[in-house]
Amino acid sequence: MKEKTIYEHLREKGVSRRDFLKLCGTIAGMMGLEFVAPVKAPGKSLSPSPEEIVAQALKTRPKVPIIWLEFQDCAGCSEAISRSSSPLLSNLVLNDIAIEYHETLMAASGFQAERAKEECLKKYYGKYVLVVEGSPTLAEDGIYCTVAGKSNLDLLKEAASGAAAVIATGNCACFGGIPAAHPNPTRAVGVADLIQDKPVINIPGCPAIPEVTTGTILHFLIMGQLPKTDQLKRPLPFYGNTVHDHCLRRPFYEAGKFAGSFDDEGAKKGYCLYQLGCKGPTTYNACAGLKWERGLSYPVQSGHPCLGCSEPHFWDGGGFYQGQSAPTIRLDKGSTATLVGAGVAVGAGLAGVNALKKSRAKKELKKQQASEARAETENKKEG
Amino acid sequence: MANRIVIDPITRIEGHLRIEAALDGNHTITAAYSSGTMVRGIENILKKRDPREAWAFAQRICGVCTTVHAIASIRAVEDALGINIPKAANLIRNMIIAQQYIHDHVMHFYILHALDFVDVVSALRADPKKTSDIQQSISGWSNSSPAYFAEVQKKVKAIVESGQLSLFSNGYWGHPAYKLPPEINLLGVAHYLECLDWQSQVTKIHTIFGGKNPHPNFVVGGVPLPIDMNSDQALNAEKLAVIADSIRRMNDFIDQVYLPDLLAVAPYYLEYAAVGEGLGNFLAWGEFPEGQLNEIEKLVFPRGVIINRDLKKVIVPDPRDASRMKEFVTHSWYKYGQGDGTGLFPWEGETVFNYTGPKPPYEYLNVEGKYSWLKSPRWNELPMEVGPLARVLILYATGHKETVALVEAVLEKLKAPVSAVFSTLGRTAARAIETKVIGGLLQKFYEQLVAEIKAGHTDTFNDEKWEPRTWPKRALGFGYTEAPRGALGHWVVIENKKIKNYQVVVPSTWNASPRDHKNQPGAYEASLVGTKLANPEQPLEILRTIHSFDPCLACAVHLIDASGKKVGEAATGFNLVVR
Repeated sequence: MKEKTIYEHLREKGVSRRDFLKLCGTIAGMMGLEFVAPVKAPGKSLSPSPEEIVAQALKTRPKVPIIWLEFQDCAGCSEAISRSSSPLLSNLVLNDIAIEYHETLMAASGFQAERAKEECLKKYYGKYVLVVEGSPTLAEDGIYCTVAGKSNLDLLKEAASGAAAVIATGNCACFGGIPAAHPNPTRAVGVADLIQDKPVINIPGCPAIPEVTTGTILHFLIMGQLPKTDQLKRPLPFYGNTVHDHCLRRPFYEAGKFAGSFDDEGAKKGYCLYQLGCKGPTTYNACAGLKWERGLSYPVQSGHPCLGCSEPHFWDGGGFYQGQSAPTIRLDKGSTATLVGAGVAVGAGLAGVNALKKSRAKKELKKQQASEARAETENKKEG
Repeated sequence: MANRIVIDPITRIEGHLRIEAALDGNHTITAAYSSGTMVRGIENILKKRDPREAWAFAQRICGVCTTVHAIASIRAVEDALGINIPKAANLIRNMIIAQQYIHDHVMHFYILHALDFVDVVSALRADPKKTSDIQQSISGWSNSSPAYFAEVQKKVKAIVESGQLSLFSNGYWGHPAYKLPPEINLLGVAHYLECLDWQSQVTKIHTIFGGKNPHPNFVVGGVPLPIDMNSDQALNAEKLAVIADSIRRMNDFIDQVYLPDLLAVAPYYLEYAAVGEGLGNFLAWGEFPEGQLNEIEKLVFPRGVIINRDLKKVIVPDPRDASRMKEFVTHSWYKYGQGDGTGLFPWEGETVFNYTGPKPPYEYLNVEGKYSWLKSPRWNELPMEVGPLARVLILYATGHKETVALVEAVLEKLKAPVSAVFSTLGRTAARAIETKVIGGLLQKFYEQLVAEIKAGHTDTFNDEKWEPRTWPKRALGFGYTEAPRGALGHWVVIENKKIKNYQVVVPSTWNASPRDHKNQPGAYEASLVGTKLANPEQPLEILRTIHSFDPCLACAVHLIDASGKKVGEAATGFNLVVR
């Protein structure tokens, strides 16, 4: 029997064509597809709009089965995705992307659950998307995380072998996350450290922003391939800019206005949290753009410095309340012995400072990549 | 040899839980073994770090009961350093905690627990008109028309007929232990789906004060978001209005959906009012401080211990009493320097991984030896149950008026004796009763916060001890919270501005613990004994009782100090109060 397309499923459920097209627009937005104004060139047809690309895909592609595995995780990324913002989107995720295995959500337990997974792995071989939440653990052949009596390493290999693509959601699955924080007691690693013969995409964050995970799955569903990524395998539609780039406190940074302490006058006015340790300038994520819970807020807006949770090894990055290039003595305590902070505070050389920040950010990225590469080589050696 | 069945993974929980149960010839459970199968070692990771940052690490212990470990952690550090937080900050924290309970309990009931009682496939046979009549007879909830339920039914039918059952595939549908008529099954399925949408819209308190959910941000000494009614960035009237609306949505769902559903479903499962209790010992550290952290007489949910179902005697446990609060590893994959038969007080704890289990892939665990990554915490050498049932029993025993009235109303409605509370059903009902109480408290905290702001008391952060140079050379702290799943304690040792030792005893470690040095089973293990299975291939009855505890395993497995130094200065005595 021919598999039903998503469009057919939606129509059966009573979704009108008009609502369907609206949904396509929402999805196109979620995917970060840029709208290119159609230009009529002689002899060429109009290029399709993002909505049309999405609509065409949903009309022709069957549901994509999802296998969601959890290793050393806290289920926070699962919780997050359950709060993905648009109700129509949640409808889509629950009904039209078929989540075939998900321990936190599924009805079946024990061997019935495992059987459901095995059947799915066989039936959809080469077609399903494997989503991994939580870090794999290498130490002592994987005994620090087992499910159904199997080691997490065997489970990962088994599920990855027939996957069309692998999505690592959350910092743990991407880079080892908190289990890999010093001293990494269980030798936790990222999925991409282990799976190298499949396309792997990283959706880091702690937790990952739900709309970024669903947006990436949708991108795959609609385009038939994963979005373009940066060197850390993060999809560009969501990780192309830093939190600082889109931060609503950014104008205060430019103006040299900083909060010196929680609950001081600057904090009350919404001044920049850079001196309180904000990692926004070196953190590539969509927090400040998409925000959380239907655009309600994000950490910096709520008065707390960004922890940098979408960057590799942010847990060991040198202190959440230490400014990256900020003075070690806080300004509000009377010290003016500052480097970058002083320059910014008097409003001088702002462009220079920004250039400096950017080059620092780049350096930081390079450093991370180098350390990633090192880790990879080490793993290969060990493997 | 007795027949042994294994359920691994136990799904619809947080984390990796495995249950092995031995059955007699009548398919009745004679012994059960609970095993946590994942470990990360977060306490070890916390060592040598800045105590002001510990909340962020600790919070990642669990993403389902997010916030709870952050709260326990900041309280532990504030206790150690002697930091009092401003009243407005305390009210904001209480609101954050209350929202967590409500979100978590309702989500547990519908998304994690309901499918043990609601047969999704049976809902297809329902008459939507009858379901509509039932809905309209139990509450004024607006989604109640026959057309609405027909629409839900159509949706479920499309899923079933597609053959891609997705999350519903391979459930125990049609199992003889499902007792609801199709119409109530349809009601349950409709509210399962409604809950998914509802829950995505009621975490606004966390998002406003902490920037996101799960894992909102906190700060030692107060809360990160300042209050300024004349600022567009701080807590102002617009944000207060969003919060007020969110509280209304929560209370509407509790009053019009959650409680009526519980009372509509429970009469069909009264047999579960007689099984599934287990220990009869209960412990709570207490929650909702209305004064400072250690003014435990000002906790709305009291600190207490009940032994052997004796509701006449509530003991106040002292978390600093090294002679009573201990963790054992006799059956856990760790080793102690002084031998695995000894128990260690958390401030003096030590943990070294010692995996002695079978090499994966394996079929059975060796339950005679070590068989879990969970330790066995014991109070006065006794296993304890923690969670909603413990809290409600302590509130009931100490005469909390609203709780007493709610417990009695539920018992009357179900025509059940008081002893029925010591059961699987009692645990599930206690969670709902507690949610109702907390819904009222949340509204009260909100009103108190508004009153504080009106009175000009808008401080949200105490910076006196922010700078490490103001700290003593050495300090010990205990931080508590009542997580949705039960008593949670963090014990911290700070030395030379850094964390010297950090230990966590979480609800699911109490409840899911393996046997201890005296071979006493933990709460899950005890609760399953005597349960008869209709079909050992489909052990639905086990899931019902285990899910009634609301397991949360990532929390339960942890690791303490590998070097295991003694830290001393612990015992402050045993405090017995008969109320």
